[in-house]
Order: sequence, then C-alpha cells, then structure tokens
Amino acid sequence: MEQHAQRLIGGVWQSRLPDWRDVAAIILVVAALLLVGTAGRQMVAPWIASEQAPISLAPAALPGYALRTTMRMLVALAASLVFTFTYATLAAKSRRAETVLIPLLDVLQSVPILGYLSFTVVFFVSLFPHSTLGPEGAAIFAIFTSQAWNMAFSFYQGLRTIPRDLDEASRAFRFSAWQRFWRLEVPFAMPGLIWNMMMSMSGGWFFVVASEAISVGKVQYTLPGIGSYVARAIADRDLGAIGWAILAMTVAIVLYDQLLFRPLVAWADKFRVEQTAAQVVPSSRVLNLFRQAPLFQPIGRSIGTVLQSVARARLALPVQTKRLHSWAPPRRLVDVLWYGLVLSAIAYSIATIVRIVGAELSWHDLAFAASNGVLTLLRVFVLIGLATLVWVPIGVAVGLRPRLSEKVQPVAQFLAAFPANLLFPVAVFLILHFHSAPRIWLSPLMILGTQWYILFNVIAGASAFPSELREAAASFRISGWRWWQKVILPGIFPYYVTGAITASGGAWNASIVSEAVSWGDTKLSADGLGAYIAQMTEAGDLPRIALGIAVMSVLVIATNRLLWRPLYALAERRTRLD
Amino acid sequence: MSAGICNPVLDLRNVSMAFDKPSGAALSVFSNVSLALRDGEILGLLGRSGSGKSTLLRIAGGLIKPTGGQVWYRGQLLDGPSEGIAVVFQTFALFPWLTVLENVAVGLDALGIDRAEAYRRSHTAIDLIGLDGFQSAYPRELSGGMRQRVGFARAIVTDPTVLLMDEPFSALDVLTSETLRTDFLDLWAGRQLTTKSALLVTHNIDEAVLMCDRILVLASNPGRIAAEIQVTLARPHDRLDSGFQGIVDEIYSTLTSRSLESIVAHRQPHGGAPQPLPRVSVNQISGFIEKFIAPPYLGRAELATLADALALQVDDLFPTAEALHILEFAELIGKSLKLTAAGRVFAQDDTEGRKRLFREHLLRFVPLATHIHRILDEREDHKAPRSRFEMELEDHLSHQEAEQTLRTVTGWGRYAELFGYDDKSRRFTFHATAP
Repeated sequence: MEQHAQRLIGGVWQSRLPDWRDVAAIILVVAALLLVGTAGRQMVAPWIASEQAPISLAPAALPGYALRTTMRMLVALAASLVFTFTYATLAAKSRRAETVLIPLLDVLQSVPILGYLSFTVVFFVSLFPHSTLGPEGAAIFAIFTSQAWNMAFSFYQGLRTIPRDLDEASRAFRFSAWQRFWRLEVPFAMPGLIWNMMMSMSGGWFFVVASEAISVGKVQYTLPGIGSYVARAIADRDLGAIGWAILAMTVAIVLYDQLLFRPLVAWADKFRVEQTAAQVVPSSRVLNLFRQAPLFQPIGRSIGTVLQSVARARLALPVQTKRLHSWAPPRRLVDVLWYGLVLSAIAYSIATIVRIVGAELSWHDLAFAASNGVLTLLRVFVLIGLATLVWVPIGVAVGLRPRLSEKVQPVAQFLAAFPANLLFPVAVFLILHFHSAPRIWLSPLMILGTQWYILFNVIAGASAFPSELREAAASFRISGWRWWQKVILPGIFPYYVTGAITASGGAWNASIVSEAVSWGDTKLSADGLGAYIAQMTEAGDLPRIALGIAVMSVLVIATNRLLWRPLYALAERRTRLD
Repeated sequence: MSAGICNPVLDLRNVSMAFDKPSGAALSVFSNVSLALRDGEILGLLGRSGSGKSTLLRIAGGLIKPTGGQVWYRGQLLDGPSEGIAVVFQTFALFPWLTVLENVAVGLDALGIDRAEAYRRSHTAIDLIGLDGFQSAYPRELSGGMRQRVGFARAIVTDPTVLLMDEPFSALDVLTSETLRTDFLDLWAGRQLTTKSALLVTHNIDEAVLMCDRILVLASNPGRIAAEIQVTLARPHDRLDSGFQGIVDEIYSTLTSRSLESIVAHRQPHGGAPQPLPRVSVNQISGFIEKFIAPPYLGRAELATLADALALQVDDLFPTAEALHILEFAELIGKSLKLTAAGRVFAQDDTEGRKRLFREHLLRFVPLATHIHRILDEREDHKAPRSRFEMELEDHLSHQEAEQTLRTVTGWGRYAELFGYDDKSRRFTFHATAP
C-alpha cells in the first residue's frame, strides 16, 4: 500500500507542518459545526403562534435567513437518505412489499407537494404543539417529499439492475446481507442516487421557499428564512428587498453546490460501473483541498478505515439452524393474508375519504375543480410547447459547441435549481405596472423555473451526439430542415423527453404558487387548478384542498401514462442499435 | 485411477436443470448429468454456447440450485456457496469502486479475518499473481489481462480447495490470454497454490487440451456429456506434440457428429420439433463460402484447420458449418467440411443469382421459412404477427433459442426476399417479388 511505503521511506513518523489548506479546511469544519449547532437550537425553540419574531427586511439579516433555509434542506436530505435506504431496499427485497410500495411511490411522485402543505402543517403543529419543531417539521417534510420519491426510485432501480457477475461474485464470496448492502448495492446505486439527489435538490429550493411562510385559514406560520423574507417583502411592496433575497439565494445555491454537491459528484465518480475511463472526470476543488491537506489526510484515512470496518463487518445472524423440519406457512396462505391486509387498508381509506369529503362536497365542486384542471393542463402543454420551440434550437446550438456548452451547462443547471418563486414578485410588479391580463401573463411563471430542465437536457443530448453521425450528415450534405428532422432531433429525442417530463412535473407544482399571486394588498388570479388549491388553502377548506390535489394528481398521472411514458419507451427503442 | 479409491473433491450426481415455460411445461437444459472433479486434476467442460456448461459450473459453485440431483463437496451436501470453493468469472466481476487490493481482500470478507491479516494475505496473493505495484489502482485503470489477474488473485487469496473458472480467458485478446494461461499453468505445476482441483469451462478446444487433464464434451438439445477425453500428455502440454493434435481432432469429430445428430433429428418433416437455427447471418455464410472455395481448401477442409486458419472459435465455426449443412451448401463429414455442388455455384454466382439460389434452398430445406411463407400467402392481408411463430417455436425450444431462430430466419428471409418484417408492428409481411 502506498501509505506503508511512504512511512517506511523515512523509517520514522515524520511530523508535517500545517499549511494553508489545513487552515481553510479547519475553518470550514468548525463553521459547519457551529452553524449546525446554533440553527438546530433555534429550531427547537418554543413556538407561540402569536409571538413569532417578525421577519426583518434588513439585508444584514439575510445571511442568517439563508442559513436557516439551507439547514432545512440538509435535514430533509438526511431524512430522504434514510427513507431511500429502507423503503427502496424493502421494495427490492420483498416481492409482497414491492407490489404495494412501488405503485404507491409512483403515485406519491405525482402528487403536488405544495398542495398538501396545509395538511402537513396542521399535522406537525399538532405533533409538537408548543415548539417551532411543528412548522419546521412541515417545511422539512415538504422538501423531503420533493426529494425522497425519486431518490427511492433510483435506488430501487439500482438494486434491481445489479449486474449478474457482481451479484454472483458477492454470493460466491459469501457476503452477509450487511456486507452485500454496503459493498455492492449502495456503491452500485450511488451514481444514480447522487444524480437524483441533485435533481431533487433543485426542486427542493423551490419548496423550501414556498413552505416557510404559509397561512392555513386564520393561522399564519412564518419560519425565519429566505421564503418568509420574500413573503414579508411582498406584503410590504418592497422591490429592493426582493432584489437582496435573490442575491442571497444565488450565493446560497452556489455555495451549497460547491461545498456539498461538487465534492459528492467528484467522489462518487469511482462508483461508475463502466470500465472505460471517462473523458471528463468530475473534479471538485473543495474535495481536493481536503484530500491534499496534510493535516486532514490521517483524519480522512481513519474515517475511511472506520467506514471500511463497518462495511466489512458481517453482522450476520448466528448460523441459521437448518429449517428442514421446522414448519413454514405455505406461500399461498401468506399471500392471501398479505393481500387481504392491503385490500382492507384500501377499503378503510376509501371509507374515510367518503365519510369526510362526501359530506362536504357535491358533484358541482368536482366539475368546477375539473374544469380548472383542464385550464391548467392546457397551460402546461402550451408552455412546454413554447419552451420547446425556444430551447431546443438553442440547446442544440450550444451542445454542438463543446467550449460553449462547458460554460452554459452550469448556468442552466443553476437556473433550474434557482427557486423561481423568488422572481414572481418582480413579474407581478411588471404585470401590475403595465396593466396586463393576469390570465395570460401569469401563465409563463409556471414554467419560469422548470424550462431549464429542457435546456440542459437538450445540451447534454447534443454534446453526446456521435460526431461520426454529424460528419456523415455533413458529408452527404444534409442540411436545413432535413438535418433537424432526420439527424439531430431523433438524436436528442431521449434527452428531450427526460427534460420535458421533469419540466412538466415542475410546472404542475409551480402552478399552485404561480396562478394566484399577490403584491401588497393587490391579489391577482389566473384561475386554474393551482389557483383553486391556493385559494382553498388560504380559506382553510380542507375537503376542497383534498379535491384539488386529487384532481391534479389524476391529471399528472394520466399525462405521464398516456403521453410521457409511451414517448420515453419510443425514444428508448429507437435509439438502440441491437 | 477409479473414483472408488480416490473420493472426488466435488461430485455432481444426476443433476438436472429445467426452466418453466409459459405454457407450464418444463424445458430441460440438461438432465441427469454426473461429473466428478478428482483430486489434483484440471477438468475441462467444453461445449458450445447453450450447452449449459456455465450453468453446470454455477451449480458446482452453489450459485444456482439444480432442479434435480445433488452436489457433494468433500463428503457433504453442498447448499449454497461454500468456503473452499472460489470462482473466476468470464467478465472478471470486479467491484469498480474498490482498488485492486480491496478487490482481492473482498475474498476474505466472509471469513471474518481481521483487516491487517486480510491485507497481508492479499499482498501475498497479489505478489504471486504478478500484480505487484498495482495495489492502489482501480479496475478501470487496468487492461483486460490485468483485470483478470485481479480476478485470479481474489480467488486464490482464500486458499480454496476447488477453483471454478468460467471461460476466464475468453474476454481477452489472443496474446494476453496465452500469457495468462501459461502463468496459471506455471503456478499450478509449481504447486504454489493450495488448490487441489480446478474446473475450467471453455469453448476453445485448443485451450482445453492445453490446460486440462480430462475433458468432458457437452452436447446440447438436450444437454448431456457426449464424450470424456483423457489428456494423457506429459505436463506441460505441448502443442507441437503429435498427441496434442490427435486429441484436438478427436474433439472435433465428436462435436461434428453431435451437430449432425441434432440436424438429422430435426429433419423429420412435420410433427417433429422445429429445427433451432444457429445465429448466423447471410454475410457470414457467403463470406465463409468465399474463403472456403479459395485455395488452399478448394471447398474441402478439416474443421480444425479451418478454425486455426480463419481464427474462428468453436462458437463461430460450428454454427456456420451447421448453417451451411442445413441449407445444403456444404456437408459435414466426419471431422471435415465439404462444399456441395450448390455451394460451389453460390460461390461463383453474382448477387442476383445468389439470392435466387438462397431462396430456393431456404424454401426446400428450412421448414420454418416455408411455414412462414405459406401462412403469409394464405392470409388475406399477407401479414402475420411475429408472436404467432414465437409461440409455436416456444412449444419446443427455450425462449432464447426461439428468439435466436426467429432472428436468423428473419435475416435469411429478408435476404432471399421471401418475406419482409416490420419491427414497428412486429409483423411479418409478404414480399411481392417472391415466387
């Protein structure tokens, strides 16, 4: 081993002088510890609805708010990881659990997060009645729900697609279940998991901002954070404060990316299964800093050793006694019991819904919600169409120029991560200023934050387009519309579909905050399902919120099944050569 | 040496493997195969793809449970992977996220050995296998040959009694695999390994004769041991030894007669099981015929010679030879292959002539092609879904075989312009130009 060699050369342990990298690394670590500590203490402070600390609009308060917002993101991320490792593992290992858990996950993915925020706030506040943990919990839960589902999905997919040879090798070497999990399953699923974590994180900023200041009925919940700062600025009609908030958010996102995700992505590169060396190896300055700092090397090494021992530990149950003679219930019987249980749970849920909702709602409500739903559906389609027309040509143009796409790609990813709801007030101010029609001009807000997914996926597709195919097209002098139609559009199609799915999913979620907006006392509404849910939330009308969420979920699931999945399958089939 | 005196280390008794088909009936891959791995020998399992040789190895390693029969390891019934049996994989199966050293140490994880000891033993194995200096490299930084060395080091670090090797050299280029083979044989001959016996699965006849003390030739449909061949050469086995070539020839004859048997068995018109077609394209057929008619073969040669000269493995050579035999462009006789009159005409003809001839032979000698053609002819819209033929074939063949047979017949039919196939609708279509 290299480390051994190094020590043996000198023969004795050499003490090394600390250098600047140590200082920087220490500062980072201490600051992180301090921040986590203080923010954590504030989170469990007693909560009195009437005595909330007022949100200050002073720019000096913003770093503190940004920190609180970021902390929520971190906690939610940790929770999502725990959820992913348990839920997805259970689904992948147990046939019976799988039949329930995976469809459930599929639906959960399609439920608009902001829609059920009002439920979760009430729930968490009742859970921790006299502590800030209630609303904090609700906000964290909102971020959690924006991340956990697709992380769990990707982990589940990873577990199901473990290459046969690696599976056989770990069985041949008789790994225990614990060793198998940490040695094979987690590493194999890691790249997909981290990619999904990043994707969810972009969504997460949106939801954390939206969930910090929320009012259900008469009660207003405000958590110190950038979202509440913006809410206060809107109420005060303070455009300057909104500018400061945008700046603070930008800094927070860039720092988060540089300090957390870049190092993660660079580190996770070794988990790629492809055996060829990548052309572009992700790198991170921060990770290199820690790896190269002399003082941190032994620390990193001991952490590595501990982690390795944990992964190597067998933790197997004591040698299983042969079960030859012990009685095991017949499979059929267990199946019947299990599915019986599932069915009764479903029946009970239906009964509950009918009991609570049926008493309050009429067919008229359903028709009203549905017609609003169609209006929003129309908006989503038109906007995705417009975004496609704008961003596909630009994405292709950028993607085919490697140098340009190197510069544009991080910007597009940043824009996708930036919570567009911070920009809404600016748009609303402009609409009011020019007296434009809200039904039309509020619509683009839905896609303000999510159109970037189309852009950066198209850029990724165009950069991955085989240069030989481009050269072939050029040598046969295929150009103009035929070039688009025959060469590049089919080439980027799978990437485009991926981007469009994400964009449309995000647009649905965004509709809840973008179809009904306010500036000071002025309220603008564009109608549509999002506005419906937002208004019902404000009114505290739980049955109608539930109705709105249900209608939206059905619409989202329907478009996924009827449009996006077939398109995705087509894209996958068309681009395969074998 | 009889098995009665010297107990086999690993003993597979009457093992069978069958898969369930959608129709409910079981499809047998092989049944009642018995083989014993004796102390001190390298046993070769030679066969074409689909003969179940890799499945047999996995059964021997406890990775797959046979549907029938038992596996005994050192006098005990084998129930899952066991200490003392190590596997070397065709695709190396290295963990990409672990360094060479860690990958080797993985072999010891299950034994609960402490870290320092595990690393010490791994270093020894790495030294032995010639990987010194690569300890901290990740697999992706290594060439194929080096990767397989890690695979070997990982297997021997556990000091196994039995080493199971699943085509360990087939993913490597010719030179690299030769070096690795020689290195392994040196270790084996030098008794530097604690391993008592080894099982080598391969489709390379030359490799089997070079490495093994005993070779079992597997036949497919249904899978069984077709022949047992003792390699009675002095170690190290020398390719220039006259006995070496004799054994190679013997294996070729065995494989040829198995091929013929299977073709004849499926020739019974109607009522008999449909003939599985080898995965051979028209390009391969015409390319082969063109080489074959040119000097020095002039349309007649021994298979062993062809394999060497055309650098074809058993897995490529026999399917092509079988396809030629089925289409009656050539004939398999004993251990050699001879072009028929039609084959000679095909070789000389122009593109159109070749197509015509191929179409004629396809209709006359491949009942499946005739069948598809007739159905399309009878149907009003001249279209028929692929699934229909798939189901018919799967009554007699495994899903994989049925799929491969359909692929082959689609390719042949398209070339002959006998029928077309539309992948979008997954339907066969009638080709108007067909007779």
